[in-house]
Amino acid sequence: MEKLISKIPEGPLSQKWTRYKASVKLVNPANRKKLEIIVVGTGLSGASAASSLGELGYQVKVFCYQDSPRRAHSVAAQGGINAAKNYQNDGDSVYRLFYDMIKGGDYRAREANVYRAAEVSNEVIDHFTALGVPFARDYGGTLDTRSFGGVQVSRTFYAKGQTGQQCLLGCYSSLNRQVKKGSVKMFPRREMLDLVLIDGRARGIITRNLITGEIERHGAHAVVLATGGYGTIYYLSTLAVNSNASAAWKAYRKGAFFANPSFVQIHPTCVPQLNEFQSKLTLMSESLRNDGRMWVPKNKGDKRPANDIPEEQRDYFLERRYPAFGNLVPRDVGSRAIKERCDAGFGVGKTGLAVNLDFRDAINKQGKKAIEDKYGNLFEMYKTITGSDPYNEPMLIYPAGHYTMGGLWVDYELMTTIPGLYAIGESNFSDHGANRLGASSLMQAAGDGYFILPNTISNYLADQIRIPSISTDKAEFEETEKEAIGRLDKLVSIKGKQTAGSFHKRLGKIMWDLVGMSRNEAGLNKALKMIHDLQDEFWRDLSIPGGWKELNMELEKAGRVADFFELAQLIITDALNRKESCGAHFREEYQTPDGEAMRNDEDFAYVAAWEYTGEGSQPVLHKEALKFEEVEMKVRSYK
Amino acid sequence: MILTLKIWRQNNSTAKGAFATYKLDDVSPEMSFLEMLDSLNKRLVEEGKDPVAFDHDCREGICGSCGMYINGHPHGPVPAITTCHLSMRYFRDGETIWVEPWRAKPFPVVKDLIVDRSAFDKIQIAGGFISVNTGSAPEANSIPVNKKNSDAAFDSSICIGCGACVAACKNASAILFVSAKISQFALLPQGRIEAKERVRAMVEKMDELGFGNCSNTGACEAECPKQIKLTNIARLNREYYKAY
Repeated sequence: MEKLISKIPEGPLSQKWTRYKASVKLVNPANRKKLEIIVVGTGLSGASAASSLGELGYQVKVFCYQDSPRRAHSVAAQGGINAAKNYQNDGDSVYRLFYDMIKGGDYRAREANVYRAAEVSNEVIDHFTALGVPFARDYGGTLDTRSFGGVQVSRTFYAKGQTGQQCLLGCYSSLNRQVKKGSVKMFPRREMLDLVLIDGRARGIITRNLITGEIERHGAHAVVLATGGYGTIYYLSTLAVNSNASAAWKAYRKGAFFANPSFVQIHPTCVPQLNEFQSKLTLMSESLRNDGRMWVPKNKGDKRPANDIPEEQRDYFLERRYPAFGNLVPRDVGSRAIKERCDAGFGVGKTGLAVNLDFRDAINKQGKKAIEDKYGNLFEMYKTITGSDPYNEPMLIYPAGHYTMGGLWVDYELMTTIPGLYAIGESNFSDHGANRLGASSLMQAAGDGYFILPNTISNYLADQIRIPSISTDKAEFEETEKEAIGRLDKLVSIKGKQTAGSFHKRLGKIMWDLVGMSRNEAGLNKALKMIHDLQDEFWRDLSIPGGWKELNMELEKAGRVADFFELAQLIITDALNRKESCGAHFREEYQTPDGEAMRNDEDFAYVAAWEYTGEGSQPVLHKEALKFEEVEMKVRSYK
Repeated sequence: MILTLKIWRQNNSTAKGAFATYKLDDVSPEMSFLEMLDSLNKRLVEEGKDPVAFDHDCREGICGSCGMYINGHPHGPVPAITTCHLSMRYFRDGETIWVEPWRAKPFPVVKDLIVDRSAFDKIQIAGGFISVNTGSAPEANSIPVNKKNSDAAFDSSICIGCGACVAACKNASAILFVSAKISQFALLPQGRIEAKERVRAMVEKMDELGFGNCSNTGACEAECPKQIKLTNIARLNREYYKAY
């Protein structure tokens, strides 16, 4: 307990951020240029943080594994970005956005952080608009919005189905402006191998140049991780195939606590797996549920084409089960409802692991053109992948691993338990509790990077102005680099027979089957054992041609999979510990008679933050009690 | 499906490259092109051989990482999609498929099918932004934008920076890529303020980096996976003349 100081400012919720900003320590402009900051990752949070810090005059170094910062996986977010603008006059406010997120997260998020995320959401929209992000507009020239799951207002700003791309390119442009000015230095095609601590503080990173294989040392006064989530632990997920947890995992092994690792969002609407070679699952935006209706046949095993099944033989199961929210229930609720129908034998498609998402009624009512305007690119993408045309027949969809609410534990200032190490965007745990609402990831990532971190990091850096530029000749850099190289040597010298990808696939299958949408104690224990055995096999029989002093994509994959094995065990430990169902974490032992999640506030209203205690040794649990001063904890109902 | 692959193998930017031949006898028409290459690489790695290097990431057509010349077309023979979305159902059983990297002087080969596209970033760094500091933006609806212009700006903004336009062009011109960004900002009131400086800086950088001139053949538009239109180039030219 004593190690988790969340630094939540005093005062009423709506005043906390204002008061914090008024009293936080500042660094004067002359001193800022002497201070160096490393940012790892160039998605929405990393690129926005780096550009804002550059604008303030800090010396910023940014790293990404892709060939260009524009390719970070925020680019793939589709549906939209939330803000409490209340442009629709439908009763929205900062408070309501905050409330929806707290409720959507099933009362497992920290009130003060969530309120602040809602508070800065409007500034995020202003800033993106000023940067030239072409959000959808109405005929009068004002910004348009749409609805998303789990809420009853229309607060989601969007750019067709490419909102993430447009927001990321906005961040990329502000990053480029700072690169031109010289305040930000960009290092693409670099992978962070480890974090360097000096006297317990984050002072740099070790990277590998992915083209030359060269190992590099980079020093700084503070390090910011903006490295995204770990959804690729399921192998098949909606994430980019190279997305990984390694930077966050290295930080965990160096002492940063990892919070709520078992909170993983399974997104309800994805293109189902078509074959065994498949390398990823493609998301179909939640926005589709504004107009698409989910259904399965009422008769078990009805194999007729969807259009041949008459209306009275269709079961619109979300509308039936959740009349108040219908097709717009939150993601966790939607995913479980789909799984329930498919497990009961009502699924459709070749495998029976799919349900219909039907636009027939919307097209009849609004016309094909209106639907095309809203979802044109998504419909095309679906057709490209499956060969079937959603204008004429329902989409087939099934849930897939998507977003990780868990991540590095951070305090109100977004600092981890390692002084000088920050985590922003999806890589931290703080804003989404046990389930994230749609269109709030872009909101949080950009809010963290543009408006929150630049304000909070000065509180730390103000005390660092007397520390000269960090020399990378120090023993700590030497030592950490040696460890990193040792690990690379170990991987390339196994000389076994199996590829990193094949291990990843097997790990993903265990995780999906036993640690996915629903979990139970026996299954979790079984998964733990299976993963342990698979991990042993990995270290015995991995094949990596070539060495580490060259471009070697098999080595990159292997390093990530090696970390996934360790993270998987922490996820399971956390899932076993949390003997309740909340949000996306569904323990079969804890459910109501009609199959809804049963929370246990008495025993589990806390953030589970895990401390690394060494190889093969059990991590230690620290609890941050969640106090709800503003909202009352209720049973979450969307009925 | 049984396929013969002729893949360009080249160890680094200075090494001499050559086509290598691979036979695959268990390709499923449901695979994507990259999944087909995954299966080849799996076999090579299991045999302890160097796998074929290629860039890829999101595998849903939006990050712009992937891209290779397939049977003489950037991203393959099917229009308006990226390589990661190219399904093997578009190929015939028994077919021989030729796979090459982008070939353009400003995009040197890094290894096999990977090229260095950092020149694209350099052009964006030269001027592909609106100069507004965090915190100084006006209220979003205080900048009304005509819907038609806003939609047109969106159509220009969806470029993914893959480089297919350069690879398709006989002159290795980057004009479609540059014009997409110029157009997006030219159509929006926010972008007008620095319009002159922007077009000058980006065009100058494009020329400096060794991209060729545009001779209006339109191959870029035909091969663009995101269907960026030639009208963007016309708009760039207009903006450019206005800037001097």
